[in-house]
Amino acid sequence: MMFRRKRSPPAPAMPAAPLTNTRIGWLMAVAACALLPHADHLPAWLNAVALLLFTWRLAQWKLGWAGASTVVKALVVIACCAGVTLTFGRLFGREPGVALLTLLLVLKLHELKSVRDGHTVVLLGYFMLLAAFLYSQTPAMAAVLFGSMVVITAALIALTGPPAPVRALLRQSAWMLAQALPFMLVLFVLFPRVPGPLWGLPLDAFGARSGLSDSMSPGDISQLSLSGEIAFRARFDGAAPPARELYWRGPVLTSFDGRTWRQGEAARRLNDGTPHAVDGPRIGYEVTLEPHGKNWLFALETVAGLPLGARVSDDWQVLGSEVVRARRRDRFESVPTARPGREEWSAYLEAARRLPPDGNPRARALARQLHLDAGSDAETVDAALRLFRREAFVYTLTPPLLGEDGIDQFLFDSRRGFCEHYAGAFVFLMRAAGLPARVVTGYQGGERNEVDGFVVVRQSDAHAWAEVWLDGEGWRRVDPTAAILPSRVERGLADLPAGEPVPFVARADLGWLRDLRHRWEAANNAWNQWVLSYDQQKQRELLARLGMAQPDWRTMTAWMASLCAVIAIALTLWALRRQIAADALARAWAGIDRALRPAGLGREAWEGPFDYADRIAALRPDLAAELRTACTLYADARYGRAAHAPAVRALRTHARALRRHRTPPRT
Amino acid sequence: MPTLAPRAVVEAASTLILGKRSRLELALTCLIAGGHLLIEDVPGTGKTTLAHVMAQLFGLDFRRVQFTSDLLPADILGVSVFERDSGVFRFHPGPVFTQVLLADEVNRATPRTQSALLEAMEEHQVSVEGETRRLPEPFFVIATQNPASQIGTYPLPESQLDRFMMRITMGYPDPAAERALLTGRDRRSLLADLAPVADAVTLTQWRAEAESLHVADALIDYVQALIAHTRSSGAWRLGLSPRAGLALLAAARAHARVFDRAHVLPEDVQAVLPAVALHRLPALEQGSPDDAARALLQAVALPA
Repeated sequence: MMFRRKRSPPAPAMPAAPLTNTRIGWLMAVAACALLPHADHLPAWLNAVALLLFTWRLAQWKLGWAGASTVVKALVVIACCAGVTLTFGRLFGREPGVALLTLLLVLKLHELKSVRDGHTVVLLGYFMLLAAFLYSQTPAMAAVLFGSMVVITAALIALTGPPAPVRALLRQSAWMLAQALPFMLVLFVLFPRVPGPLWGLPLDAFGARSGLSDSMSPGDISQLSLSGEIAFRARFDGAAPPARELYWRGPVLTSFDGRTWRQGEAARRLNDGTPHAVDGPRIGYEVTLEPHGKNWLFALETVAGLPLGARVSDDWQVLGSEVVRARRRDRFESVPTARPGREEWSAYLEAARRLPPDGNPRARALARQLHLDAGSDAETVDAALRLFRREAFVYTLTPPLLGEDGIDQFLFDSRRGFCEHYAGAFVFLMRAAGLPARVVTGYQGGERNEVDGFVVVRQSDAHAWAEVWLDGEGWRRVDPTAAILPSRVERGLADLPAGEPVPFVARADLGWLRDLRHRWEAANNAWNQWVLSYDQQKQRELLARLGMAQPDWRTMTAWMASLCAVIAIALTLWALRRQIAADALARAWAGIDRALRPAGLGREAWEGPFDYADRIAALRPDLAAELRTACTLYADARYGRAAHAPAVRALRTHARALRRHRTPPRT
Repeated sequence: MPTLAPRAVVEAASTLILGKRSRLELALTCLIAGGHLLIEDVPGTGKTTLAHVMAQLFGLDFRRVQFTSDLLPADILGVSVFERDSGVFRFHPGPVFTQVLLADEVNRATPRTQSALLEAMEEHQVSVEGETRRLPEPFFVIATQNPASQIGTYPLPESQLDRFMMRITMGYPDPAAERALLTGRDRRSLLADLAPVADAVTLTQWRAEAESLHVADALIDYVQALIAHTRSSGAWRLGLSPRAGLALLAAARAHARVFDRAHVLPEDVQAVLPAVALHRLPALEQGSPDDAARALLQAVALPA
């Protein structure tokens, strides 16, 4: 066999293997790699403690400082447990769990006595990487974690194998992980999916999410800080409608206490299942919603077609059957031209006219005056809108704080505010004039990503507008903000003057940056669509496209096992390719021997090819030429530079010829 | 003579040294590989003639030193003599300053004299009275020993034997060759008539060609297997040293060049193995060297 090992085989792991200084260095690298991805979400004091303990260990390793004594370590453990309990209010759950693990990992570095301790550190490191996915599942995080994985695996090799240079270990580790990739892919694509998450995630895993709220009190906000985070993405079957027509309906606020708008009774009253009849041309689209911790789904007004399990509340908000804890994708159909609620419950209309008994007297007077002047309900709406347009109202994200009688203050004194102020004030005026009206919150507009065609809606697109019920027409959408600042509904926040706290991503200038961002978000979206939201549904679609219609879990398991086996065999063959090629030549050469051995003309094991040819030529001159050619072929391939494959083929031919002629011709 | 094949030298030599073709091939191999040759045999088997013929065919300088127990290092290396006329010491080079040196009965000299020669062989230079002098190139030593009469000799220790790339025996000629020898012309006069067929430049060129011959992994495997066998089989007190392995491969390369091959074959290794290896392998039990060589070769299968 000509299998020559390039590397000496790794020594078997010995239980008593010493924990050399190099290995300790590797373990510190493990801790660093495992803890860095968590640094941004852990409390600052904990980061500081971890950094301190790590630096101390580093100094001990590099500069020969004294190690921490048992008493110190015990005190640190107790203090930190107390700190974690104080910070999070408990010791269990995701946040405190990760915090404790972080501390224990750093403390373990001070407790390294044997290779066994090293294994503990490595395992903890792997677990911390896994835990990092609970916080972030972006492609960037995945790349970072893969890099950390290479380092930790290299440390594992260093822990058990013979000493080797850092680069060699990293290369070996990366190579091992690369070999695991095809298996990972097969398992990812084919592993039978169960609907919903595979295992229960801790409830606080979806804690604070920015998004819409179920109440609004504009007077209490002095600076609206908007986030550029993506709320959802939509893909339309055809061309996307213009941005000014995209009103994504969220919570509807009907109850007002003089300061705060809240959802009313109707929000919890689900439509009894009879679909709201909506007529008109429908547009279809798919919404990929980021998790936001509520059961609201966002669809264009007026929604006509719903995904399975979704319902519409009595005030036309789309609600899912459960809280959106993971990114989900749903199909909707909407009729933008339709007006809902032509026939509305009188009790509901009554609630939509209700105002607190007193407060905001100036606004009430203005409303009465408008209604008197107008003559009809529709006229009243127009008059109010004209008022907003005519007076010196300013759209700003930094409005002044409003005190008692906030609506009066806003309408007559400050006249500065954002959509919530305008929608709230407008609805107040309508109610004061005796018209049923309500505040609708949601998202308005969205930005089309030219790279992948998705319309991206961000938290900064959150909006509030009004609806007024007109007899014989139903609920009419009125957007007073559009009357003040038409560009708000056409181009988003991009046109606000400099100095307004507009998120960076929503600014209109910096075209190259926007292009870069589009690309990055398209990549993120592809990752979301194909990796993170690869669920049962998506799996079925993909397998159907691959020609596996309706596969059950048995078929998929069988496929999975066979594909893994194929990959394993392919990798093995690839690793042994030189040996196999050499073996083919050896087999072909042995074929010559097998052909002649029955006639007593076999080759001695130690005999060189030409010596063999010469010996047989003396015994059997009739075979001499044939055998000599074969021996030359073999020697040229084995000891010279001739290619193996043609030699193998020719040798097989010669072996057949020799077998035919091995019996001596009768004389 | 760029197209001259080494085999032509063997052909020319075998007109004079009858029936000893394989010995001539080995001697030429040793010369091409840049090693030195130890011939062990009883007197009168043509050892001197072989040395003479090799020198003659390449047109090289030839000297002969008969080693005796009273031979001193200076007798080989040379000595500085005070010249009265000029009033200075002048170095008179010894017989070692030649291209082919025949050291006859090398085991008759004292170890001191032997080591003077062996160091010159190893270093290709001579240091006399603090001055280092290069020996001419090529420098090829053929030493002879008489194994039959060991009385009053100083057998070369193993470490010194290692300096010789090959050790061969001449052996008696076969009957046909012996008859031709008896009926033919006198060897001395034939030798005088022998014309050179090659020169030192050709020899250097062959040496370079031999060193650049392709050696396959499979052949290295085979050489390693042979060496490993000598170390582990228990038939020898000591196995082959790494230097012996290098010598074996160099000799196999030169042998392949002698046979005009494009690459080194196991046959080349096998052909040179007895000559290269046996004098470096202290045998545990007495036995014929040929038997030992055959046993070694047949014990190691060719790696497939």
